[in-house]
Amino acid sequence: MDDAAVRRQLLAALTEDARQEPEDLARQLGIGEDRAAAALSALEEDGVVRGYQAVVDWDETDAPYVTAEVELNVELDRETSYEDVARRVVKFSEVESLRLVSGDFDFAATVSGESMNDISHFIAERIATIPEVTQTVTHFVMETYKDRGVEFEGTDEDDRLSVSP
Amino acid sequence: MSEFEPSERVASVPPSGIRRFFELAEEADDVISLGVGEPDFSAPWAAREAAIDALERGRTSYTANRGLHELREAIADRVEAWGLEYDPDDEIVVTAGASEAVDASMRAFVDPGDPVAVHEPTYISYRPTAMFAGGEPLAVPTSADDEFVLTPEALRDAGADEAAVLVLCYPNNPTGATASRDQLAAIAAFCREEDLLVVSDEIYASLTYEDDHTSIASLPGMRERTVVVNGFSKAYAMTGLRLGYALGPPDAMRALNRVHQYGMLSAPTTAQYAALEALRSCADDLAEMRDAFDRRRRFVVSRFNEIGMDCFEATGAFYAFPEVPDGFDGDDEAFAEELLEAASVALVPGSVFGEGGAGHLRVSYATGMSELKEALARIERFVATAVDDQSSPEPGSSMSRSR
Repeated sequence: MDDAAVRRQLLAALTEDARQEPEDLARQLGIGEDRAAAALSALEEDGVVRGYQAVVDWDETDAPYVTAEVELNVELDRETSYEDVARRVVKFSEVESLRLVSGDFDFAATVSGESMNDISHFIAERIATIPEVTQTVTHFVMETYKDRGVEFEGTDEDDRLSVSP
Repeated sequence: MSEFEPSERVASVPPSGIRRFFELAEEADDVISLGVGEPDFSAPWAAREAAIDALERGRTSYTANRGLHELREAIADRVEAWGLEYDPDDEIVVTAGASEAVDASMRAFVDPGDPVAVHEPTYISYRPTAMFAGGEPLAVPTSADDEFVLTPEALRDAGADEAAVLVLCYPNNPTGATASRDQLAAIAAFCREEDLLVVSDEIYASLTYEDDHTSIASLPGMRERTVVVNGFSKAYAMTGLRLGYALGPPDAMRALNRVHQYGMLSAPTTAQYAALEALRSCADDLAEMRDAFDRRRRFVVSRFNEIGMDCFEATGAFYAFPEVPDGFDGDDEAFAEELLEAASVALVPGSVFGEGGAGHLRVSYATGMSELKEALARIERFVATAVDDQSSPEPGSSMSRSR
């Protein structure tokens, strides 16, 4: 297996389940454990793998947790680029994700807080006040059906016969 | 009370050994089953949506006996990748699963008393369907030494030169073995020389992990004597939709279609629309499932070898076929039963698939990676305990092994 294939297969295995020991990854790829561990480190160092997180359905917890999808429009000048604006916005811990997108607005952000009120204040006081930001549209999330490839409502039951030819 | 007695043919066929293990596994708690002969994925959503759409449009009538023409065209395109060329008009019959195609082949080409050569271990349906057709199954054992690939020597030793039909199954259930072009060429030469017809069940053709699948029908002089059986169950995770097909020269398909048209009329219409969509747009889903199977395959094979259960490098389907570890006298049934009882892992004893399978276990890796890891950890502990027990046979040791 060449290095490119190793990286591809590692990513496929990790996106299926990130909680895997290098020795198990090595077995799945048919390569040595050292090589798997090195490839994994390289993926992390090269910034390909940016982190490992649990996919949480907060509605199933007692924690107060609200998220909103926020559209941001900005006005740039010669001195200021999208990156400059993004650099300021991503620093807030309330901002879970930030993407520059095509279409009717410039940035799509996912923002979280303990209540709708929290988020409203955050947008009004921290985001709308950034000089380049000309407009914000906040969509509170009412229900999550799927997050990062995981279906929340899906039944995961295996209805196959336990032994079959 | 009933007046019914099974016919002699039916009475002569023993019940499946799989059935017994199914019942044992159903009774046990917290079982991880590596005994399942179908994918753990669901059919690709695009194929399922096509089935729903066909229902919504009221496409609930019979199709042509041989299947929707556009499906036969799509099948013809698909099999070109395996070097096969068949005319959708008169060389393809769409069936209710590959199983129906196997059964119809037996009834179309086997006369009462005809020997039907079956390499073993292999899928459990060939022997009974041959018998239902009045044929006499002739077992041709394959062995771990040949990585479970049939050889002309084995055919000759078993007296298969007298057979009317040879049933081939590569990639193989239960062993995961695949047959290379050279290996198939040797089998093909035997069939030409001894004038055998071939029914080649290639249901796992899309699930090969080292080399692309070769069909025996693509070898010189074989197309005219081969019926290729394939289907959608394994590649597209569509087992419950029951859709397969047979490929063969026009006169072969005419005979097979005669059985099919009276026995089945036409394959399920909803499934035919799902299959058409699967062929048109689900190549990526297939590739993704195949890659996942491949990772599990490597994991499972290497783990068994680490545990000390020798396991050859199976390169097709979704099965590994390790040997029973030392200390069980090669008794695959005893091992599987004790493993189920002590460690709650279900495997299928190899002997269920014919004599050549004795001393081995069929392990299906059509199960999520986390279950596979847990199952292999349980097997490892079970084997270690069993070996410990054997080396220090104290009275009243924790495991009772009566055999």
